[in-house]
Amino acid sequence: MVERSPTLGILAHFVMIVGVLIVAFPIYLAFVASTHSPQEIMQAPMPILPGGHFWETYKTALLGTGASSSHVAVGRMIWVSFVITFIITFGKISISLLSAFAIVYFRFPLRNLCFWLIFITLMLPVEVRIGPTYQVVADLGMINTYAGLSVPLIASATATFLFRQFFLTVPDELVEAARIDGAGPLRFFKDVLLPLSATSIAALFVIQFIYGWNQYLWPLIAATSEDMYPIVIGIKQMIGGGDSPVEWNVVMATAILAMLPPTLVVVLMQKWFVKGLVDTEK
Amino acid sequence: MEKRVLFRSTWLPWVLLAPQLFIVGVFFFWPAGQALVQSLQQQDAFGSSVTWVGFDNFRTLWADETYMASFKTTLIFSVLVTVLGLSIALLLAVFADRITKGATFYKTVLILPYAVAPVVTGLLWSLMFSTSVGIVTYWLKRLGIQWNHLLNGDHAMALIVMASVWKQISYNFLFFLAGLTSIPKSLIEAAAIDGARPWRRFWTIQLPLLSPTAFFLLVINMVYSFFDTFAIIDATTQGGPGKDTATLVYRVYFDGFRGMDFGSSAAQSVVLMVMVIALTIIQFKFIEKKVNY
Repeated sequence: MVERSPTLGILAHFVMIVGVLIVAFPIYLAFVASTHSPQEIMQAPMPILPGGHFWETYKTALLGTGASSSHVAVGRMIWVSFVITFIITFGKISISLLSAFAIVYFRFPLRNLCFWLIFITLMLPVEVRIGPTYQVVADLGMINTYAGLSVPLIASATATFLFRQFFLTVPDELVEAARIDGAGPLRFFKDVLLPLSATSIAALFVIQFIYGWNQYLWPLIAATSEDMYPIVIGIKQMIGGGDSPVEWNVVMATAILAMLPPTLVVVLMQKWFVKGLVDTEK
Repeated sequence: MEKRVLFRSTWLPWVLLAPQLFIVGVFFFWPAGQALVQSLQQQDAFGSSVTWVGFDNFRTLWADETYMASFKTTLIFSVLVTVLGLSIALLLAVFADRITKGATFYKTVLILPYAVAPVVTGLLWSLMFSTSVGIVTYWLKRLGIQWNHLLNGDHAMALIVMASVWKQISYNFLFFLAGLTSIPKSLIEAAAIDGARPWRRFWTIQLPLLSPTAFFLLVINMVYSFFDTFAIIDATTQGGPGKDTATLVYRVYFDGFRGMDFGSSAAQSVVLMVMVIALTIIQFKFIEKKVNY
């Protein structure tokens, strides 16, 4: 039994509230900025309470009818982001399930070599080999395509590693039972292993969704035409327009729109997200 | 760990492995090999002729004072991000561990930054500290501090550190909290019965038992501040003023895609690869140790 200390309890809540305020403030301020007209923001200090231009700003952002900098509709960018994110998420999860299955449930020549060829990719993030990867993708004619924007990001073993760890914990009796019942490897994979992996798949979905949605450096160089910009690139282009004043309200509306899908995924799937995060890194 | 019961087939495992091996081969090993080759080559400005230059690209890098300065910048930046990020997250996790009422709410808010893209993080902090409209800039001015991260290198560094720490808080917090929850309650209770006050229990029980988590997070945060902060820097300071916030990863991109110096960029990539591999080995060594615990 640990003592109850009201002072410490109050202190704990106080610290948490300060932490929450610091964490939430930048997001709140972005929302506030997105509900004002550019003139209202320009008066220093910018307002700290929401204004009345909510619909106006978001309509401007989504349809891309902004005055100076934003040419491409944010609606289009969100679509591009979704397509890329889903290719990365589903691509990574499916190829990883298959290869982890092969590595755990089969013995074949060069198995160890395959294992290391895949796992060495854990070491080098795409940022490190960005130049050469660009050249390879350009040689293959995949610049400005959905495949070019997503497939190079699938080339990593995080998901394979997680599935391998999970498969190793699946009891051997299940395989024996399946074999006695006359099920082949593919049947076992489909009817036993996949249903058992449901939680791991959900966890990975959250992690990969955020990873894919928030990718920046790769699309920055692999998407050169404006209609292939994912939203995180598009938003950066809005402020990079040289001398033209930044339309903070539209930029922040886009920022809110850009963080909405990953935030929803994280908050709604919080349980799996935490599990996935802690498990992938083990 | 190996399976005792296996399936037998000579072709099936290869079919199952094919997609992953193909993608890894084309988009990982080929480019990584290219990086190694190009780091030993020099291309002329039009990309028409390529000559082998041996280790010249590396020698140029070592001789380049701005590159050495980038090393220092990266080091200062990563130490600040790691130390601040870990301490703030630990503080929050320790108190969150004590709380039952409202815990879900606090936790939900604290994991939000994880979902925010680094480039968006950069923009949020740019807005707060904007020299013209920033609300924090305005508050600082009233305190007598003239904030200008576009001209003052220290301000620029402070800005990218704050933004990077903010973004990474969720991750550190969740891991510390998971570590704290896994400490057996009986240990804490036994100490309490022996008369150890909360402060003492933290230092003598919780903190030592958290040390594996803390070490793991230390490596992860170093890697994070080396590589994943590119977008934050690109959205706030763009490596400026001058090259005051140009970290190593920023240079790879800048020299390669803005400066069109692919040889130097490839050599920088190789330097980074060596650094990541070193960090990974340290991490693996540590994981082995944890297993033996």
